[in-house]
Amino acid sequence: MQNLDNLESQSIFIFREARYAFKNLAMLWSMGKDSNVLLWLAKKAFCGHIPFPIIHIDTTYEFPQMLEFRSWAKEYYGFELIVKINQEAIERGISYKTHDPVTVTHELKTVALKQALEEYKWDGLITGIRRDEDGVRAKERYFSPRNQSMEWEYKNQPPEFWTLFLATLPNNGHVRIQPLLDWTELDIWLYIKRENIPIPSLYFSKDGKRYRSLGCWPITHPVASHASTIDEIIEELYHTKTSERAGRAQDHAEPNAMQKLRAKGFL
Amino acid sequence: MNNLLPLGTKTFNIVFAGHVDHGKSTLIGRILWDTDSVPKEKKEAAIAYCQKNRIEFEYAFLLDSLLEERTQNITIDVTEVTFFYGERRFRIIDAPGHLEFLKNMISGATKADCAVLVIDSSVGIGEQTKRHAMLLALLGIKQIVVALNKFDLVHYSLQAYKILHNECIQLLEKLELPCNFVIPLSAKSGENIIERSKHLSWYEGKPLLEALVGLEISASPENSPLRFPIQDVFRFDERRLLAGRIESGKLQCGDLIAFYPSAKKSKVKAIHHWPAESSPQVVFAGKSTAIQLEEEIFVERGEIIAHENSPPIVATDFFARIFWLGDHPLAIGAPYTFRLATQQSIARVLQIQRVIDATTLEDLQPVPMEVKKNETAEVIFRTSAPIACDLFENVQTTGRFVFADQNRIAGGGIILKALPSKPVHEIKGRSRISAAQRAKFLGHRSGVFWMTGLSGSGKTTLSNRLEQILFHRGILAYVIDGDELRGGLSKDLGFDAQDRKENIRRAAETAKTLAKSGLVVIVALISPFEEDRKNARSICEKDGILFKEIYVDAPIEICKSRDPKFLYLKASKGEIPKMTGLDSPYEPPSNCDLHLLTAQESIETCLEKLLDFIVPLVRISPDKERELGLLEDPAAEI
Repeated sequence: MQNLDNLESQSIFIFREARYAFKNLAMLWSMGKDSNVLLWLAKKAFCGHIPFPIIHIDTTYEFPQMLEFRSWAKEYYGFELIVKINQEAIERGISYKTHDPVTVTHELKTVALKQALEEYKWDGLITGIRRDEDGVRAKERYFSPRNQSMEWEYKNQPPEFWTLFLATLPNNGHVRIQPLLDWTELDIWLYIKRENIPIPSLYFSKDGKRYRSLGCWPITHPVASHASTIDEIIEELYHTKTSERAGRAQDHAEPNAMQKLRAKGFL
Repeated sequence: MNNLLPLGTKTFNIVFAGHVDHGKSTLIGRILWDTDSVPKEKKEAAIAYCQKNRIEFEYAFLLDSLLEERTQNITIDVTEVTFFYGERRFRIIDAPGHLEFLKNMISGATKADCAVLVIDSSVGIGEQTKRHAMLLALLGIKQIVVALNKFDLVHYSLQAYKILHNECIQLLEKLELPCNFVIPLSAKSGENIIERSKHLSWYEGKPLLEALVGLEISASPENSPLRFPIQDVFRFDERRLLAGRIESGKLQCGDLIAFYPSAKKSKVKAIHHWPAESSPQVVFAGKSTAIQLEEEIFVERGEIIAHENSPPIVATDFFARIFWLGDHPLAIGAPYTFRLATQQSIARVLQIQRVIDATTLEDLQPVPMEVKKNETAEVIFRTSAPIACDLFENVQTTGRFVFADQNRIAGGGIILKALPSKPVHEIKGRSRISAAQRAKFLGHRSGVFWMTGLSGSGKTTLSNRLEQILFHRGILAYVIDGDELRGGLSKDLGFDAQDRKENIRRAAETAKTLAKSGLVVIVALISPFEEDRKNARSICEKDGILFKEIYVDAPIEICKSRDPKFLYLKASKGEIPKMTGLDSPYEPPSNCDLHLLTAQESIETCLEKLLDFIVPLVRISPDKERELGLLEDPAAEI
């Protein structure tokens, strides 16, 4: 599995560069498959340690199985967990019952993250995004600066040559560090299988359905699938012609929704 | 899982380069479409988008995802997509063709095993085709496929193929690039991509994808000498671990190793991975690892671990080929952050030997004093501390580097030669305090801003206001004024040509000395002769001082009417002989760095222009003004 070895090694390299470059680093974790690969790679990068806090942006629309997994993983890996909820938005009545998915996602994810950044003043944020998830994410850099309002200046990204990273830290902004950028959905599954990485049960088929990508439960839909083992999932994905985030409503709410969400700070 | 074979194989990275509008994104879109690699919804969305906007279906929309990219039908930033064909896993890197986005093109190309140079057959080789090809050569890309796109537009003509083929071979040979295939094809109509085209029966070579499947995937340099740059030193527990990635060669437990540039030595006690049981006895090129030493010695990030019998080069002076992408030109003597492997230092260019014109691939004559954005050059540079490295031709990963300006990567390059370190007194000088240290201390770089123009053109007014505003912004500036000079340092000089020349030489030397001390120096001097101003520039630049010429321009009639120092009045009475503009000529600068028209623009506008020009050139820390607490409202000053 040369390909996985290369991806793993590069991700570890990025993790270590990030820890060296930033004084106040944190890692975002959604309990999803990519997040758990990220956690695993962090353990590898730092020889069994996770030397920064793990942030979960809790939208309050988390699947119960995910919350269970969260408590379990915290014990299992032994990391410092920070759970952030945008209380203010919830008190204002922002919900999927009353608002469109783009607004709710923006409020409960992006704004919540913004609040956490203001509170904890992180200068580097490790995320688990991948290029193959979306055409806009495909354009990302491994070290991607965000200004104080978390905006992404996608039309003028700093150059990045070889792996000679030089993080440009904008005034009062932060840098997103994206170690999984080159991984594909299939790579993630192959790696989960090879390394035996714990993941939540929702990914496996139950009653002919499984979740391929996980988000807030009201806007995340399962796909028809009989894949109940990792091997079956890999087999299924190798032949599928639908995209991974097809079941994620906020991406498709309007044309270029992802670009608009991301320019404002969404992952 | 046998049918999933390509999943595990090493990825073959291909960058698609070439001139804007020659159809790179369309070709990639077509490949993805034909290999059935596009998710169903993405296909549907692209079709729907084209229908809604009443445009012909465009394969490029499968890639160009930014709204701006679709509406303008250009690629802005690089995109990477994975697909499978044959038994191979491909990653395509779609690089923008616009000159404006060259930094994005290079960002993509640095990852490639192979490049497909896309050429519009109806147009031929374009300017960016040449520029991209030149960069591919510089980046060390060893396999090139030329895709002669839009071949339908030249009516599938064998004659056209022969001509284009010849031109491409000539271009690539000139750049010492290989040429693996030259393939006529049409992305739009899908010919010669996977299937042979029935219109191209005379073409006996392979279609594009078949050609790509046959190319080599760059091997990890396991057989090269060991290069293991230290990324970090971990002390999470009782173990002290040196972490990093093996860039070439292999490392084994028990190996005797040496560190460069420090030349310290030690022995590898153990290799530590997580989970602990996965720790190997030997690690190969490409692998991120962490090692423990037999005895604990003090080493830091940056050092390169090697075997003693095949050490890297350790030097401070290098001959290198570079590409420059900074908004400000690369200047001789200016300090840049230098990064090679995990080493960081300050580098200054001592000499620019060649600058290559991308449109002709010939050297620019005379050799310029600076390297402008998007240019390629060969330079000699010096680092402030010894650097361990290799020649690019020997070990690629420790033979390439980047330059950064104000913490943003502004250029990159490859090491062609290490040079014996000779003291270059002009650059180094007597002082033990470097210009970089001074700049750090002051929060800004130094420079000489030479204002030339007729008496009454506004030099004194502008320079005095400028000095004040800069000072209030935390930039220590000082004006060398013509009158002051004449009253002191040049008291002994008259106004004949020889003395005027000497006066300017003294001004330039004084300005240089002040600039070397760290100040921003504004010279306000009529300095009517081009030759004298050139001389002033060379006095400064040969000591590595930034020099910019600013032409303060107003017609003689306006200057006469202003006559702030009553010089024109005195001259008209015969009290001043050889008054510039009256009975002595003023030679306007042929090539000034900033041109201010003070008769047409207000002082405020001119000041804004001056500030916009000067501040970015000298500022390194934007926080200085706040620390000093001097800045109340800079706008109020203007």
